[in-house]
Amino acid sequence: MATETPGAGVAAGLAVSSDLVSRAWVARLRHSGAEREAAAAELHGLLLRTARFEIERRRATFSHLYGADLEDLAWQSADDALMSILRRLSDFRGDSRFTTWACKFAILEAGVKVRRHAWRGREIPLAPAFWPVVADAGPGPQQHAEARDLLWALREEVERLTVRQREVFVAIALNDVPIDVLAERLDTTRGALYKTLHDARRKLRTALAARGLGIDLGEQP
Amino acid sequence: MTANTPDDARLLAACLLGPEGPELSCEECFDVLDAYVERELAAADPDAALPAMRAHLAGCSACREDHDSLLALLRNGFGA
Repeated sequence: MATETPGAGVAAGLAVSSDLVSRAWVARLRHSGAEREAAAAELHGLLLRTARFEIERRRATFSHLYGADLEDLAWQSADDALMSILRRLSDFRGDSRFTTWACKFAILEAGVKVRRHAWRGREIPLAPAFWPVVADAGPGPQQHAEARDLLWALREEVERLTVRQREVFVAIALNDVPIDVLAERLDTTRGALYKTLHDARRKLRTALAARGLGIDLGEQP
Repeated sequence: MTANTPDDARLLAACLLGPEGPELSCEECFDVLDAYVERELAAADPDAALPAMRAHLAGCSACREDHDSLLALLRNGFGA
């Protein structure tokens, strides 16, 4: 039976099943003393590379981020991801390779940190910056009226949402505020906000359907 | 955002209102993300086992970005 450690995991993974490599990772991280420290340091290296990869992907969206800021975010992301992983080690069920499971924590942390960093100091628009409109030129009178009626109905129904639902829907769906940024400003979580957004969307769909306004393509109003 | 036709307006509304039907929560999505992405890379059908995942990825841009990044990471040979 192979006794590969994660230290040799990348190369050894070619020769042994990924399941064995994953189990070796978990065993070493559950160990104590120098064994655990060595595994944690190695895992941190993987998380740091993952965070850098993720941040590099995000640079296309947030071009004003650069240099030391990004490296600092990568280290913070790797540190926080490692803490989460060690805290949730018992959650690893072996449904994937351990390294895949671990990398998702670094991606989450890096993505959240980049979005929040990019929005630092910016006001969150909770009121609509604009509403979808129907072009004046283009469609014929009947088509113009159909499109206008749907968008006006949507706008009216948004006004009937609860204040919280309306703010969340407008900020995220209409104004493209990242959900993690809004969650931080409202002192809540991504999951809680998405639940609010989901409820708002469902209410709007139901209301539009009750008015005979279908939104599926090809569906006649 | 400008609509030129009724279909444009419906498309705009559909984008704003997200997917219809059951979908995972953000926490559930994160919980299964690693296994889902590995199934995608293995050319297995991840949606057969997790039918509500695709809907959530369509409706939640943050979770979709996490998914796309993990997929890209593994395709680039990281995390091996």
